[in-house]
Amino acid sequence: MADNGKPKLALYWAASCGGCEIAVLALHEKILDVAEAFDIVFWPCAMDFKTKDVEAMADGEIDVCLFNGAIRTDENAHMAQLLRRKSKVMVAFGSCSSEGCMPGLANFKDKEQMFQFIYKDSPSTDNPEGIVPQEETEVPEGTLTLPGFWNTVRSLDQVVPVEYYLPGCPPEAKWIEAAVNAILSGELPPPGTVIGMDVTVCDECPRTRQEKKITRFYRPQEIIPDPDICLLDQGIFCAGIATRAGCGALCPSVNMGCRGCYGPNEGVIDGGAKLISAIASVIDAETPEEIDAILDTLPDPAGYFYRFSLAHSLLRRTNLEEIDGKKVAAPYEGVPRLDPKLKD
Amino acid sequence: MPKKDYSEINPAWGDRAPVIVGFLCNWCSYRAADLAGTSRFGYPATLRDIRIMCTGRLDPTFILKALREGADGVLVMGCHPGQCHYQEGNYKAMRRMALTRRTLAQLGVHPDRVQLGWASAAQGTIFAEKVIEMSQRIAELGPLDWKDNIEDGAERLRVLGYEEAAHG
Repeated sequence: MADNGKPKLALYWAASCGGCEIAVLALHEKILDVAEAFDIVFWPCAMDFKTKDVEAMADGEIDVCLFNGAIRTDENAHMAQLLRRKSKVMVAFGSCSSEGCMPGLANFKDKEQMFQFIYKDSPSTDNPEGIVPQEETEVPEGTLTLPGFWNTVRSLDQVVPVEYYLPGCPPEAKWIEAAVNAILSGELPPPGTVIGMDVTVCDECPRTRQEKKITRFYRPQEIIPDPDICLLDQGIFCAGIATRAGCGALCPSVNMGCRGCYGPNEGVIDGGAKLISAIASVIDAETPEEIDAILDTLPDPAGYFYRFSLAHSLLRRTNLEEIDGKKVAAPYEGVPRLDPKLKD
Repeated sequence: MPKKDYSEINPAWGDRAPVIVGFLCNWCSYRAADLAGTSRFGYPATLRDIRIMCTGRLDPTFILKALREGADGVLVMGCHPGQCHYQEGNYKAMRRMALTRRTLAQLGVHPDRVQLGWASAAQGTIFAEKVIEMSQRIAELGPLDWKDNIEDGAERLRVLGYEEAAHG
């Protein structure tokens, strides 16, 4: 508590897009209540505080830290450790810190492959000298340093212990409000709780569900969906069946299949595995050839199933093979097909 | 019988042998495994078999968990199509395996590491042959050692002087 009796609040962003910061502001006028109820001691996005201000605090001095963003650099990890030490309650705020989200998709590649594309090969790059950021650069004035960049992106709870999770990309205002109210009232759920619902997006979705028998998948640009029937029934990939509710089925309500940003439902270890299970179950095919033909209309399954959760999934990343002493991300080139002999 | 030296097939094995986790359906393939045993058909001691009631019960989570915990391959075996004790569990398994293997391929798991096969309760030889064939293939592919992928980045934490959080 501060001298004025208010609980101290810190907000921080690591590897994130800034959308979570906007989500906090999406509380609209309630943000004034937050500012009234809390003593905001650290919020680099919105207010002028420095890391040394946090370092000067006593351990556990901050009552609550809302931490958004994944961990991909030494700096991210350092700030996570620092804020963990200074905070009584650590909240993984948003999909990135909860399960990796978009930054976690980097786990399909390795650091070198990413640098090669981003700084050299991408069509929009103009870098004739092939300059790539270095952790240390010598200049006449001395040595300049940049934080080390990790091969593998991690979620916050893979770096420091976390008390609560607020999923979503970004979290919906009503759940941020619920979390703030819980903190203010002191009626906190047990540590490890995901603040949200324990049903799936389908329970909030207004569309009519039928028995699912999918004969091919459609990408959004290939079909004009019926506005009232379940998108998956129409062959449009929708992750709603295996995604935690809480958003009010925003995407399916506007003809776009659920992307899965609220993460797996309560009790699920690996959301992608549940999506594999669910999507495979509704395919209407009984022979290896038919099954493969239908699955051919669903390109990039790992991208669909682990869009938000790769870094926090059971396997976490693409396999690394050691080639000439370097760890290289090595996907299998080609699409595996079922053995035709499985027909009988 | 002398212990088989897998490093002759792929030196990466060192003195360890491949580990294949097998999920066998109660009604057909588990009994085929029993029959292979009572009939004394020899097959490599690479398989750790787990009995499940039906391959249709196999959650892809089990496969991912097996690979993460150190399996070099996963073998799923059930009843032949049309012979499932629960009518169509094996068809579901076939669809799930197809999608699981496609997903795993993108994550760098060779499709030959995750195989599906059928053996009826009377087909102990087919079961044994499948294990022999898959063990040979896994031996060629070498160890998977997924824990190295899980630990990637942990050394950065140690460099920074931090302990790794146990969760996740």
